[in-house]
Amino acid sequence: MTYIGHHLGEIGELTLQHLALVCAGLALALAVAALLAWLVMRVPRIDTAIFAGAGIVYVIPSLALLAIAVRYLGLGFWPVVLILAAYAQFILVRGIVTALRTVSETQLDAARGLGMSPAQEFWRVRLPQATPLLIGTVRLATVALIAIATLGGYVGAGGLGNDIFLGLQRQFLEQTLAGSIPAAGLAVIVDAALRIAEGAAVRRIGS
Amino acid sequence: MHTAQDVRFESVVVRYPGADRNAVDGVSAHVPAGSFTVLLGPSGCGKSTLLRTVNRLVVPQSGDVLVGNESVAAQIPVELRRKIGYVIQAVGLFAHMTVAQNIAVVPSLLNWDRSRTDARVDELLQLVGLDPARYRSRYPRELSGGEQQRVGVARAIAAEPPVLLMDEPFGAVDAIVRRSLQEEIRRIARSLHTTILFVTHDVDEALLLAHQIVVMRDGRVEQQGTPEELLRSPATPYVSQLFAVDPQLRRYDSLRGSV
Repeated sequence: MTYIGHHLGEIGELTLQHLALVCAGLALALAVAALLAWLVMRVPRIDTAIFAGAGIVYVIPSLALLAIAVRYLGLGFWPVVLILAAYAQFILVRGIVTALRTVSETQLDAARGLGMSPAQEFWRVRLPQATPLLIGTVRLATVALIAIATLGGYVGAGGLGNDIFLGLQRQFLEQTLAGSIPAAGLAVIVDAALRIAEGAAVRRIGS
Repeated sequence: MHTAQDVRFESVVVRYPGADRNAVDGVSAHVPAGSFTVLLGPSGCGKSTLLRTVNRLVVPQSGDVLVGNESVAAQIPVELRRKIGYVIQAVGLFAHMTVAQNIAVVPSLLNWDRSRTDARVDELLQLVGLDPARYRSRYPRELSGGEQQRVGVARAIAAEPPVLLMDEPFGAVDAIVRRSLQEEIRRIARSLHTTILFVTHDVDEALLLAHQIVVMRDGRVEQQGTPEELLRSPATPYVSQLFAVDPQLRRYDSLRGSV
């Protein structure tokens, strides 16, 4: 394990770059998905169209989509963030809408009957009740984005994909492992942390 | 201190989208201020729908509903609802809030200050027979069905509403608990300055609680009057059958003491 031993600092830096890609991608993805979910909640009959649209993006191979993004945005950070946000829509929009729709009708009826405005009903009842499923949705999306962000290595965005692709090119297994082990580790840690948060949220709302 | 307000239904008609008949079919009735009025009838007779026109959860196609001489149609729904208590069969306590937070929902919507709200929560818990120190910080899932509905009642009357709507509130609890909740609501009703409009399909429950009963069938009022009037002079065969006069009358006499 001499390569890994000699490049710990560099691997750490690539890990941070990787996290930056995932965080930026996730933030953009959540903003867009929240908007789409809001639209679906307002106009329920457009749900199939929106879900299908997100599904179409999801079935385009990520490398092909990245190539298109680079064509317009150039190399570097932003095309990767953009495709991460696009891929996450499939998981996020459906997950957010499902979470918001599964809130118990009786609690919503009570909220309206007690005189909550639509906004109060959303912030005080619907959103807190939906929290466990929302965290679960974000967990699935984040784990997927950690994997997809390795493509950043191809287009100069940095991240753990650098070591993976360089190692593959040079047929140097240890460098590939120097990228893939931390990437897998990140996914496992994020998954575990969000599972714990999800469990705490489930206990809090008691279902 | 609020004073009770009367509720007046004037030729109320409700038809749900796609239905082939009216759920409420021209109901006129007067619910006197401070009375305990029961809407009695089989499921599907329109009694819950009629109840929900009072707080505008249902909007009539025609006719009018007046609370304290003011048409509900002329009021902003959320403001109207904050002064009308609402208890439903499924209780609908908010699962992520403690008992105290649930009871404090309407006071918080009305921007009461903290100390007034806290004092009111404790007062209400005592009123519904739950020890504030033990129950204040519990979550709904930690309560029995009967305890949940006590909290549901406390939540509905927190801001001293002049009108309290109860939609089959004791329909989901077992017979013994139901009996004690019925006694409890009778006692609470006497101490409140509020008009109670209570929906049930249970004849015994109606006889035990009501000053006035409105018997409904197929979206129309079959007869309205005091329990005694309905028992002694049913206007239609349906009403007489509903009360199965003789045994119920004996039962009524024994429940209420003497007549």
